[in-house]
Amino acid sequence: MDIHEYQAKELLASFGVPVPRGGVAYSPDQAVYVATELGGWHWAVKAQIHSGGRGKAGGVKLCKTYHEVADVSRELLGKRLVTNQTGPEGKLCNRVYIEAAEPFEREIYLGFVLDRKTERVRVIASGAGGMEIEEIAHDKPETLLQIEVEPAVGLQPFQAREIAFGLGLNIKQVSQAVTTIMGCYRAFRDLDATMVEINPLVVTKEGKVLALDAKMSFDDNAIFRRRQIAEMRDVAQEDPREAQAGQHGLNYVGLSGDIGCIINGAGLAMATMDMIKYAGGEPANFLDVGGGASPERVGQAFNLVLSDPGVKAILVNIFAGINRCDWVAQGVVQAAKDLRVPLIVRLAGTNVEEGMKIVQESGLPIILADTLADAANKAVAAARGDLKAS
Amino acid sequence: MSILIDEKTRVIVQGYTGDKATFHAKEMIAYGTNVVGGVTPGKGGQKHLDRPVFNTVKDAVKATGAEASLAFVPPPFAADALMEAADAGLKLVCIITDGIPAQDMMRVKRYLRRYPKEQRTTIVGPNCAGIISAGKAMLGIMPGHIYIRGNVGIVSRSGTLGYEAAAQMKELGIGVTTSVGIGGDPINGSSFLDHLERFEKDPETKAVIMIGEIGGPQEAEAAAWVKANMTKPVVGYVAGLTAPKGRRMGHAGAIISAAGDTAAEKAEIMKSYGLFVAPSASELGSTVAQALTKAR
Repeated sequence: MDIHEYQAKELLASFGVPVPRGGVAYSPDQAVYVATELGGWHWAVKAQIHSGGRGKAGGVKLCKTYHEVADVSRELLGKRLVTNQTGPEGKLCNRVYIEAAEPFEREIYLGFVLDRKTERVRVIASGAGGMEIEEIAHDKPETLLQIEVEPAVGLQPFQAREIAFGLGLNIKQVSQAVTTIMGCYRAFRDLDATMVEINPLVVTKEGKVLALDAKMSFDDNAIFRRRQIAEMRDVAQEDPREAQAGQHGLNYVGLSGDIGCIINGAGLAMATMDMIKYAGGEPANFLDVGGGASPERVGQAFNLVLSDPGVKAILVNIFAGINRCDWVAQGVVQAAKDLRVPLIVRLAGTNVEEGMKIVQESGLPIILADTLADAANKAVAAARGDLKAS
Repeated sequence: MSILIDEKTRVIVQGYTGDKATFHAKEMIAYGTNVVGGVTPGKGGQKHLDRPVFNTVKDAVKATGAEASLAFVPPPFAADALMEAADAGLKLVCIITDGIPAQDMMRVKRYLRRYPKEQRTTIVGPNCAGIISAGKAMLGIMPGHIYIRGNVGIVSRSGTLGYEAAAQMKELGIGVTTSVGIGGDPINGSSFLDHLERFEKDPETKAVIMIGEIGGPQEAEAAAWVKANMTKPVVGYVAGLTAPKGRRMGHAGAIISAAGDTAAEKAEIMKSYGLFVAPSASELGSTVAQALTKAR
């Protein structure tokens, strides 16, 4: 789960990370009010969306008057911003963050991420902050400062000092940077984050170290014990169908093809999508109904898949272990009444005979398939209108 | 032979008296698994499925000589259950539970390192279908009837795709020594490589199929190990060629994920290390058949 910049800054500040003064606004008037409260001469108005690359996409603007603050806020609020990380549909900006802007002389990259390879938290820093960090990582990986955190004891101050000195900071800045690095790590650990990124961390003209931007992502599996984080959820930033799927314990990702997929298990779901493509078709979605799929859940899966108007056929592929084919079949038969598109069903595994019997005795125009390849071929043919249930 | 478990392995079930655990414990017993009891804190002294229930894993080990456990424990308590099993000296714990926080698994893996390697508990899972040694014993939730006894090892991230492989092999009359589901989570108890090493040592296993997915470095690492150390033919498959590129947040993830993260890249890496790569998920069985002709 992702959160907004202003939320991440609020969290990080509570762990001692220095952040600029700022306030969130939902309207241009509110934005001006926040700016007057902050005082000063320059303000950054920043679109709050769950994505990086906002600066290049015009989502961050420096303003010198209250008028500008109002104008920029008016322009950003309600707009869909497309950055190099959002995908073509972009993300809706429904709030802006107003910050007191301070001139700075250095930009640093600071990131914390769960590294699957070492199964540890990895701290990454670079003296060349700003936007091209991925290029630096690709072209000159040796210039990155990297530290692995021993999980039993956590990040130690000496490690933070090594990074701070490695970045070439002076002694006064080093102690501020250590506070920042340690604070970010504690926030990562204590809040079950999977990513914390400060890009850039700046040194101001006055020599202060400040987190100018902040991004945090959290482990969905740990949200149950992080109520504070759960409350920060902004569903407007999520794909509505994916959010709806999540509420029913389903895992859905919309795609651009025309064959709707309902499958158990993420691996089999991906393999089935690959098979559809192999057979010359295009999947309309990824959908994992998960283990223990009840007839209700299967019904919800059909609703989701059918909410995509581009779907011309539906392929149900269930290999039941923890699931049972008869339960899934009941759900399929209930959902398949009055279906507007052809339905191809392949069942295998636990209670397969009972499941097949339920489908066959339903009298519904369901096309049965017995192997993965058979199912994919029939789905592609049905979507083209070349195959109908007999 | 087989790896990890056989019909003699003394097995307990953690979270024994829960509904799902009860259902699957019954299936395991029916399959022939030597289930000697279970653990549910607070229900020690009771009987469940004609077997004793204990309050702690240590009690269960002392009374039954248990060597392995199937953990059916809800996510908030899963890490605790795994460390308890390790501390009680179990050789193997298979954890089916889906939804365990990543940092919990990180702590568990770190905890295991307090034991010398030869005494260290092997964890299989989480978020997996379990382990089955065909015709001998089952430590998991898979449909047992799709596995026939034979000479091919299966190691798969995905449960259902592992079933698919076994079913296609059965169709061709090819059987299985042991099938291991390592699970789909970012941090899992054991990796492809851990089990490939076991299959290499198992005299009955003549060939192995490893079934991977997009994301993470494990498939590439395992493929490199196969090239360097394995004498038996290995079939590879990676699901997710058509998976959409994920939307993302920030750069940190991209910085650490080196080349070899996508399905196409992983399949290419497998090929370059001499694995037999199945061109599609419907050719898992036929590719295994082809690899077997190269087995000694």
